Amino acid sequence: MIFSIMVNEGPYTHQASDTAYHFAAAALAAGHEIYRVFFYHDGVNNGTRLTTPPQDDRNIVHRWSELAEKHGLDLVVCVAAAQRRGIVDDDEAKRNSKDADNIAPGFRISGLGQLIEAGIKSDRLMEFGD
Amino acid sequence: MSEIKKFMYINRRAPYGSIYALEGLEVVLIGAAFDQDCCMAFVGDGVFQLVRGQDSTQTGMKNFSPAYKALGDYDVNRLYVERESLAERGLSEDDLMELTWEDEDDDWAEKPSIRVVSREELARLMEEQDVLLNF
Repeated sequence: MIFSIMVNEGPYTHQASDTAYHFAAAALAAGHEIYRVFFYHDGVNNGTRLTTPPQDDRNIVHRWSELAEKHGLDLVVCVAAAQRRGIVDDDEAKRNSKDADNIAPGFRISGLGQLIEAGIKSDRLMEFGD
Repeated sequence: MSEIKKFMYINRRAPYGSIYALEGLEVVLIGAAFDQDCCMAFVGDGVFQLVRGQDSTQTGMKNFSPAYKALGDYDVNRLYVERESLAERGLSEDDLMELTWEDEDDDWAEKPSIRVVSREELARLMEEQDVLLNF
């Protein structure tokens, strides 16, 4: 089956990103395909490489990056939601005259159309939020 | 993309106090460009999004309720409002904005977009959808 996943909450405050990650990992392990993971609302905060959780805790951002690298996952952060919350890649930094970017490896910033397209192209769109 | 799917955008939260309603509406407006079969549902505190005469001045948040009036122009013309959710909040259909759309198949007649439906009916409508997006 082809899944897409939507993550609507940031890391640590809510369990949504953890559950979405475990779902994604389990689906891939079971041989399913993941067309896209789309991060919206505070979910865009899963895409900053500047998080530094305590060493004895899980690193939610790294976990997504590693899963993306291993399976070629398409991790998309919504541009409008990202702009509000300060998640920036190189292009966005230049466009908005920011002095830095903070996007984590494996993530890319794109528009809401990517979410709708994921809904169209996937057998199931799974939403993880509050 | 020739395939047409049924999308329902479910709004569960009040318009202010969190950003879910506003960012949810942004998804609906973008989604409308994809020529899918889309509708919206308003349940729980989500029914407050459609209340007429909103004034958010003192919250410092933008009053984005006029944007709902544009939905008809985007061919989003089925807004299902759960009757029980209205009643539980002391609201009736008269408290909601008048939202309309123009039916090009009926000489551009103006028709109401809001349809008050029972919880049971809404559950049945949800069952028919391909994609449910919750905000």
